[in-house]
Amino acid sequence: MTALQIIFLITAGVILASAVMVVTTRNMIHAALWLIVTLFGAAVLFALLDAGFIAVVQVVVYIGAIAILFIFAVMLTRREMRDRGAQLNSEWWLSAVVAALTFGGLFFLLSGWSGFSAHAPGLSSGTDTVQLLGAALVSPDAYVLPFEVASVLLLAALVGAVYVAFQKKGEE
Amino acid sequence: MIPLSWYLVLSAALFSVGLFGVLARRNAVAILLGIELMLNSVNINLVAFWRYLDPTRIDGQVFAIIVFAVAAAEVAVGLALVISVYRRRNTVVAEEIDMLKW
Amino acid sequence: MTTELLIWLIPLPPVLAFFLIVLFTNRNKALSHTIGVGAAGLSWLGSMVVFARALGAERLAEHPFHSAIPWLPTGDTWFNIGVLIDPFGAAVLFFVAWTIFMIFLYSVGYHNFGQPKGDHDRAGLPPHGATVADEKTGHKHMVPSVEPMYSRFFAFLGLFAFGMYVLVVSDNLLTMFVGWEIMGLCSYLLIGFWYGKESARNAAVKAFMTTRVGDVFMLLGIAFLYSATGTLSFREIFTEEVLHVLATTATPVLGLSAAGLIGLLLFIGTVGKSAQWPLHVWLPDAMEGPTPVSAMIHAATMVSAGVYAVIRMFPLLSLDASTMTVVAFIGTFTAIFAASIAVAQNDIKRVLAYSTISQLGFMIAALGIGAYVAAAFHLITHAFFKALLFLGSGSVIHGMEHGVLHTGDHHVDPQDMFNMGGLRKKMPITFWTFLIGGFALSGFPLVTAGFWSKDEILADAFGHGHMAVFITLAIAAFMTAFYTMRQITLTFLGEPRTKEAEHAQETPWTMTVPLMVLAFFAVTYGWVGIPEHFPGLGGLVPNWFHDFVGHTLEHVPEAPEFSWVPLLTSLGVALGGLFFGWLYYRNVKSAKEDVFQIGVLKNKWYFDEAYNFLFIKPVYWISETLVYKWMDQTVIDGILHTFGKVTDWLGNKIRNWIDLPVINGFGDFVGFRTADLGGAMRPIQTGRVQQYMLLAMFLLLIVGGLLFYFLVMA
Repeated sequence: MTALQIIFLITAGVILASAVMVVTTRNMIHAALWLIVTLFGAAVLFALLDAGFIAVVQVVVYIGAIAILFIFAVMLTRREMRDRGAQLNSEWWLSAVVAALTFGGLFFLLSGWSGFSAHAPGLSSGTDTVQLLGAALVSPDAYVLPFEVASVLLLAALVGAVYVAFQKKGEE
Repeated sequence: MIPLSWYLVLSAALFSVGLFGVLARRNAVAILLGIELMLNSVNINLVAFWRYLDPTRIDGQVFAIIVFAVAAAEVAVGLALVISVYRRRNTVVAEEIDMLKW
Repeated sequence: MTTELLIWLIPLPPVLAFFLIVLFTNRNKALSHTIGVGAAGLSWLGSMVVFARALGAERLAEHPFHSAIPWLPTGDTWFNIGVLIDPFGAAVLFFVAWTIFMIFLYSVGYHNFGQPKGDHDRAGLPPHGATVADEKTGHKHMVPSVEPMYSRFFAFLGLFAFGMYVLVVSDNLLTMFVGWEIMGLCSYLLIGFWYGKESARNAAVKAFMTTRVGDVFMLLGIAFLYSATGTLSFREIFTEEVLHVLATTATPVLGLSAAGLIGLLLFIGTVGKSAQWPLHVWLPDAMEGPTPVSAMIHAATMVSAGVYAVIRMFPLLSLDASTMTVVAFIGTFTAIFAASIAVAQNDIKRVLAYSTISQLGFMIAALGIGAYVAAAFHLITHAFFKALLFLGSGSVIHGMEHGVLHTGDHHVDPQDMFNMGGLRKKMPITFWTFLIGGFALSGFPLVTAGFWSKDEILADAFGHGHMAVFITLAIAAFMTAFYTMRQITLTFLGEPRTKEAEHAQETPWTMTVPLMVLAFFAVTYGWVGIPEHFPGLGGLVPNWFHDFVGHTLEHVPEAPEFSWVPLLTSLGVALGGLFFGWLYYRNVKSAKEDVFQIGVLKNKWYFDEAYNFLFIKPVYWISETLVYKWMDQTVIDGILHTFGKVTDWLGNKIRNWIDLPVINGFGDFVGFRTADLGGAMRPIQTGRVQQYMLLAMFLLLIVGGLLFYFLVMA
């Protein structure tokens, strides 16, 4: 058991445990906070996978923006739900079954794949993944189009979100 | 060395947990939390595959970046919708928003 | 214009008048009668021209005016129809044209043209008078009113004239029969002219039915003749060869030869049409029609048509002795039978009706004994004086109706002779013309046409040894004179017996002028047939009639030898009858005093009752009970109702057992089950997104599993 494996296992356990807490805790603020923990765990994993830029982006975007957004949303919708009452709906056991089956199915499918137990190939040092990533994102031969489309998507989401949630004057 | 399978199993499990959250939580915001978990599991999967199959190609990371963008957009819009529904109906319980019922 | 073309055109004006009046001028009385009388006048003019040319034609008998066209294709040959005027035809055309014309003119006055509309006159009933206020004094009195169906009368009369003209000018039995039937139809229409009266309706049907009986046999005769000879044209039949064939062909009926059978069948048609016994019953009832109709039917045209037919077919009839005997018997019997009834009749028109039957009997009897010329002569003279008598009686009735309107007592019958009397002072023209006609009918010697024609019949009968016929006809002639004088005495002589008779008036010129014209012929027509050997007068004037008409036959009949017996007999019966009639009836005041009002005579020897019992009631029973009730209602309707019921039952069963449960049930089942299915599947749509997602994941797992199993494993 190498050090990396141990780190991985601890991180994985944190991730899974906090994920379970996200979906089971009654208090919504707690749920959002547990999400932040999960996201941190994911960032650690990215780092383990030598995807440093992704890890940072995860922290900045997901935790710094999205999770905060969640906390805002929770705060804005707290009137009726005073963290009392059940937080699971009536068919939660069926959902558990489905989730379990999904996991089972995925595991089964993946285990039949030949590369399932592959090991990571070596990574030549000096490979500046960030530079490669940046070049790929703006290169016409590569992914500039999805990049631009993604920015349009963000614009649309922005406009849409503002419009949907907009409150006219006097309307409450 | 960490075999790929560990990452894959992890992401599968994370995905399932997120699925459970989507299907079983009452609060609409909690459903969106579940969706975030699922997206994260996807990202983990993508990056793992990038690292283990062909790290010289940067395509895996690009895919992950795009997923980030999409997730952000989706969360924004989704929460805007939840807030808008909350304003009209005074509830965030998904079960109570059933106007498309027959 | 050639004579043949003129002959073709003669029947045309009256039928045109019929159509014009019916289609266009029905509302306009003046226009209608102008068209009618004008048409009669045109036909009269044509007939006169043809007659004049016929008189001047050389050997008309051998070369008559004849024109034919091929009309009906009959296999390889053609059936021709056409016109023929031989001497007899020309003579008939003469009297037909005159009498028809006079009757048309008379009808204008008879139907009170120019008079106001009646107070409550209705179409279909005789007019009943109009109330008119005097201009100066305001005094109201009733005057005769105009006939509501005035134009219709002239239309029918036109059609009638058409039928008669067609009959007279025809050259073949078929078109002759057509004219015959047209007149039958018109007699129905005109006898039943006042169709509002039930008696008129019944009389019209009776006339039609009775003559129909005769017509059916006549048609049989025509058919048999056609099948035996292949032709119906007179000129082709009356040839030596054809007649010989017919005379010698035997038939299975009563041992008659073909000629005899055909002749007998055709004669039966005449028995019907000319009202001989036993088919005489319709003629007295036909008095229901207006008087011009009676004159038309019973003098000028229809009954004369019957005798005309016999005279036409004489060459055929005379071939068989048994047929001739039958003819002679029926004629003689009818003559005396009808005369006996006439003695007891009180209605002025009924006397004339029976008189007509009797006189026709004379003609038929004459034909039966072979007196061709005498029969034709009497036909023509009778037409004139009988038309005169009928029109005169119409004039009398008109005068009496004037009196009835004056007194207002509508229960007085203006036609009953016992209500009349003394009319010679009130209606002089009518009186004198009626007297002439009556004397002609009785056979008053020398100055009346009837004397010459009747005398010739009696002379023929005596001269050829038919004693039974001679004696019977002589007795009938006596009775004729008797009842005629009875009629004249009761009507015109003596004093008026009722107030109505006191107020009678002479009729207008449109009625009296025809009377005078016909009276002229009634006097003078006899003089064209004075026998050669007549004492005194014979030989002064040639017997034109005998020469002219007699030549129509191949073998011109010889005039009988002159003998004093028939002459004295005829003088005796005529003058004796007239004298005794006057003697007895000048003192009779009412019907109760009349000794001749014997029940059996008054009731026409109960023949109507007998026919009713023997024929009419059984026919009614057959149609009402046997056919209608039993066959039609019970059997046929029963079958149909059974069909209906079975079909109905079947339909019901199909509906209730198959249609409703199975077919409807299936349809409903599909519909309802689908709805149930839909309803059952409805709860899936809960509106809750999480449940949709759950379902989707579930199905995804299943589909994924299946795909994995089939694609990867298999």
